[in-house]
Amino acid sequence: MYEQFKTRAEGVSAEVHRFGTSTEALAFLVNFLRDEGVADQDGQYCVVAGCPFLGAIDQTQMAAVSGVFFEVSRERAAGAKVGISQVDWALADTGTLVQDATAADKRLVSTLPFIHVALIATSGLRADMESWLADVQPDTIGYLAMITGPSRTADIERVLTIGVHGPQRLVIVFVDQLGGTN
Amino acid sequence: MQQEFKASIDRALHNANLTGALGKFSEAYKVNRAKAYEGIDFEALRTTIAERKGYAASHLKELSALFQKNAEAKGAKVFCTNDPAQVREYILKVAQENGVKSIVKSKSMATEEIHLNPFLEKAGIEVNETDLGEWIIQLAGQTPSHMVMPAIHMTKEEVADLFSKEIEERLAADIPRLVKVARNEMRPKFLRADMGISGGNMAVAETGSIVLVTNEGNARLVTSLPKIHVAVVGIEKLVEKFSDIGPILKALPRSATAQLLTSYVSIISGQTPNSDGSLKNLHIILMDNKRSEMAADPMFKEAMQCIRCASCLNVCPIFRLVGGHVFGKVYTGGIGTILTAWYDELKSSEHIQGLCIQCGACKDVCPGKIDIPALILEIRRRLVREQGVPLLQKSIYAVVNNRRVFHGMLRAASVAAKPFARGTKFIRHLPMFLADLTDGRSLPAIAAKPFRDVFKTIQQPKGLQEKAVFYGGCLIDFAYPEMGEALVRIFNKAGIEVLFPEGQTCCGAPARYNGAYETAAGNAADNIRALLANQADYVVSACPTCTVALDHEFIATFESLGQRQWLPQARELAAKTVDFSTLVKKLVAEGRLSFREGQELGTITYHDSCHLKRTLHADGPPRELLQKAGYQLTEMFECDICCGMGGSYSLKLPEISAPILQRKLHNIKETGAPVVAMDCPGCVMQIRGGMDQDGSPVRVRHTVEILAERMRD
Repeated sequence: MYEQFKTRAEGVSAEVHRFGTSTEALAFLVNFLRDEGVADQDGQYCVVAGCPFLGAIDQTQMAAVSGVFFEVSRERAAGAKVGISQVDWALADTGTLVQDATAADKRLVSTLPFIHVALIATSGLRADMESWLADVQPDTIGYLAMITGPSRTADIERVLTIGVHGPQRLVIVFVDQLGGTN
Repeated sequence: MQQEFKASIDRALHNANLTGALGKFSEAYKVNRAKAYEGIDFEALRTTIAERKGYAASHLKELSALFQKNAEAKGAKVFCTNDPAQVREYILKVAQENGVKSIVKSKSMATEEIHLNPFLEKAGIEVNETDLGEWIIQLAGQTPSHMVMPAIHMTKEEVADLFSKEIEERLAADIPRLVKVARNEMRPKFLRADMGISGGNMAVAETGSIVLVTNEGNARLVTSLPKIHVAVVGIEKLVEKFSDIGPILKALPRSATAQLLTSYVSIISGQTPNSDGSLKNLHIILMDNKRSEMAADPMFKEAMQCIRCASCLNVCPIFRLVGGHVFGKVYTGGIGTILTAWYDELKSSEHIQGLCIQCGACKDVCPGKIDIPALILEIRRRLVREQGVPLLQKSIYAVVNNRRVFHGMLRAASVAAKPFARGTKFIRHLPMFLADLTDGRSLPAIAAKPFRDVFKTIQQPKGLQEKAVFYGGCLIDFAYPEMGEALVRIFNKAGIEVLFPEGQTCCGAPARYNGAYETAAGNAADNIRALLANQADYVVSACPTCTVALDHEFIATFESLGQRQWLPQARELAAKTVDFSTLVKKLVAEGRLSFREGQELGTITYHDSCHLKRTLHADGPPRELLQKAGYQLTEMFECDICCGMGGSYSLKLPEISAPILQRKLHNIKETGAPVVAMDCPGCVMQIRGGMDQDGSPVRVRHTVEILAERMRD
């Protein structure tokens, strides 16, 4: 299922990575933030929405990168280059991420920054929407967000252009043993 | 047709940007859509959608109430109304009570329908469309020309001009740069807006959820950043269960933009927190605006199954020529014609309904399983019922309905047309106002001796056991009698005697397609009497339009008019009716007909006639037979797209018919095949006439003519 997800997601311009443990994923993230030039200045922030992953890692390693914020405000998110959140499911047949995005910070970090990094436990993979629908209890979720690749438009002359109002890049990080609790 | 409307068609046809953009898109769409549906049983999927949406359409009251109850239990305020004015006033009231100064909107056809923006702007509120295409047309002061791609009619240069004016900086026509400008311009508007207005692609009754399907991410911002969210949702978007989302989400992006799924789908169930911790002020407006009247109409209820994917626009040979500013009002294209007739009023669709050529391409791809051409025909019928048939047409039908007069006139026309035919089988030029008819295509000269006279001279073998009644149809009878002769030769070889009842007359299709059902019913009755008078095993026709009339439409016409006394005989006739190629295929399979062996006849290409392929589903038999006869089949591009004939369509809208024909001629010639075959004498008339004016050596032939030459004795 993972391979199918990867193919589909890359087919819609997402970037897909996979790690065995949260520690390995953290190492990747820290390097990623440094490479992207995340810094404590407007336009270069990184905002992180609360999630189980944060409970599973040594947060100080992330906090060591200057410009990384765990408190997410509108202004901070609007000035961020990178936003990080954890999503709950992944649908293999369309390369789609599904998130209970009821908490406002999850939406701010995945809509306003240029890059959205989505963390996901590999166990959240489902074959398709039907099998996901059988799993989910929609009554308990106020804002369900499905995300398939970065923001896109073809409204001018049908030319596909990535990154309109939402993120220009979607970086998906699978973690086999994600651990952590909310 | 009104002068002004004709002029708008003319402008669209001469807008190279428009026809270029739409033409390129429709070609790519066909390929990409097929790819997106790979591995999916489309028929099964659309049957499910039609059933689920059909269920909702017949339970609108219950589902609205259930939706309201469930959404309100989650903190939303739900307002149900039939009246567009009340929708506008409700939103203004919410805005004024909350001191709203600025609004951001994501794409919503329902708010276009009720002209919400000018209303709010008049009240001094800033309204910003945030969908890129919607923003472009907002800046241009236009209406959307396509339901999914509102600004498809504009070039990047035009967009660059608009944006340059808006930001007071000279911008180049560089699309990525223009998109970036839109992002930067829109950001502060999102962040300062006090209210977000969205539409809704679905409204789920059992959970009180709104589903939003988008690509740009603007709907996520519209529903997240401002503290007030108003969703305006037409009640046709209601579905019963949360699981109904599955099939619709599977079809909508695939049919709309050939995507497996759009970038974003948001499912909002009740109030959600704002970034300051307060709860969203959420209003959902369930708007009826004549939708429940539509759902109560036994025929138009089907249109409630629409999921607004616009695939009927994308495959329409007319839409790709003229676009949505001609073909539609707020809602455009095939389904737009139907929605305009209801949401606006029947009269509003008066001109646009005439644009439909009844080729059926949209019906094939509709994920809601809506018979769009049939509903447009019904609009035509109701318009004629309200307003009567135009005088000129009326006098034509009076003639067509009187067989003796009609046939007498056709014979007279044969003599009258002689000077124009100049000894050839074509009429290449006509004088004065008739000149349009021969612009780009020659017309066939009316045969000196119609088939009904030729038939009497044919010596058929004696003692043949089986009998087939041949229904000739006007074109074979009066323009192409040689096709009838070929048909008789073939069936005689299979041991079938052909009968040609003299009382047969026009099949009524021209009248029916113009909404004159009474005339069509008169034709049907005359033909039933004539064709059932003899005992025969088959009633066969070599014209798919006539075959469809005999096989389907006589029944439908009588049913529409409530003339039930004719139904048993109409059904008896339908049961016996078969198209030429299907019957020949059967006779070949039974070993009663065979082809001469060892024939290598070179390449041939085949044009699918609309009725043969999409109503009779008989596109296989002619291809199989032509190959068995010894031809090598080379398929042309867009083989099943209409040739532009459409019966009297080419007479009423020759300016649209002509470019459709030109495209067909081009596609035929591109194959390099020296012969093109088809099963419809109407298509032969159109395409043969086109090739003649083109001076092209490609031979245009009816399958019956080709097969008759290749049968073993």
